[in-house]
Amino acid sequence: MLELLEKTAKHNGLVTAFALVGLVMLVSMFLSKKLTFGRVHGSAIAILIGLALAYWGGIQTGGKQGLADVSLFAGIGLMGGAMLRDFAIVATAFEVQVVEARKAGLVGVFALLLGTLLPFVVGASVAWAFGYRDAVSITTIGAGAVTYIVGPVTGAAIGASSEVMALSIATGLVKAIIVMVGTPMAARFLRLKTPRSAMVFGGLAGTVSGVSAGLAATDRRLVPYGALVATFHTGLGCLLGPSLLFFATRALVA
Amino acid sequence: MIIYGTALLAVCHLLGIFLGDLLGTLLGAKTNVGGVGIAMILLICARLYMHKRGLMPQTTEMGVSFWGAMYIPVVVAMAAQQNVVSALRGGPVALIAAFASVLACAACIALINRSERPAPETEADPDAHAAARHA
Repeated sequence: MLELLEKTAKHNGLVTAFALVGLVMLVSMFLSKKLTFGRVHGSAIAILIGLALAYWGGIQTGGKQGLADVSLFAGIGLMGGAMLRDFAIVATAFEVQVVEARKAGLVGVFALLLGTLLPFVVGASVAWAFGYRDAVSITTIGAGAVTYIVGPVTGAAIGASSEVMALSIATGLVKAIIVMVGTPMAARFLRLKTPRSAMVFGGLAGTVSGVSAGLAATDRRLVPYGALVATFHTGLGCLLGPSLLFFATRALVA
Repeated sequence: MIIYGTALLAVCHLLGIFLGDLLGTLLGAKTNVGGVGIAMILLICARLYMHKRGLMPQTTEMGVSFWGAMYIPVVVAMAAQQNVVSALRGGPVALIAAFASVLACAACIALINRSERPAPETEADPDAHAAARHA
């Protein structure tokens, strides 16, 4: 009986994922209402539960994909994978007010540039403070502070060691998680209210996953504006990381 | 038909990702440059164009808005497959670098959103009214 149920879930991975995420949303909406009286958004709690499940999955299987490595919940990998994530992000563009988006265009670009440069400088400085002295390692860790995709792409391009690459990915992941969890809490301090402020946020905070999850948990209507800018973030980082930023670092270190 | 909306979304998605890859290759960035952003812009343009010609009935719109509404559940699923264990095992360098860069960025966001806020808002009101009147 139990085996039969397990087989059903395994053979219908994506459908199982829909049911599971629905359940997580239900629980978090309930917790949000009863425990925090609506002060912490239900989506924020749901994302936290998601991260906790990912931790549990990682401990259970020793894999890299959190809960998706548990064979019963493999469908989570498809549902939360890049394909459906991007599909859903693009769909949110349907609600974009063109006038608003165009008004913030220039500030968005400025935020994007600053959002690549600033984390890189901070990440590289921390790497220096912890005793890394070669330009390749410093650049790779600095790039990881931009996003967890920019880190390994840059590291691979300039020939970093796998240990430094892992560190760089970890930096980016921790950053994405802080942005996901911290945004709803810091929303007032960040003045995240208008489409324009969401675009500034998208450019500076970086990582599509962090920005989109953080905004989703703050105010769903702001998601498309933040995502519109953030989506260029990884591309810009991968462009500048192995080239301009690496050369600048090498010039400074040597 | 509802599938028209979903198909429109799919075509915009594919075209955007393709153009992003193309841009990345041209720039030598080894990755997709703004593919999702390009797809979003394509979808916005398609919506404006089709709305004007009355080619966008409610059912077609529903084919897109369903996926827009599925966004948060998808993000929860995405959170559930992050490599949280290795992120936490990265040790002090990863934690401090990430934390410091988030703090620096947060300060910048707060600064930009604060300092430039009064100006656009006084401008924004007549703009919004004008847009509303046009529509």
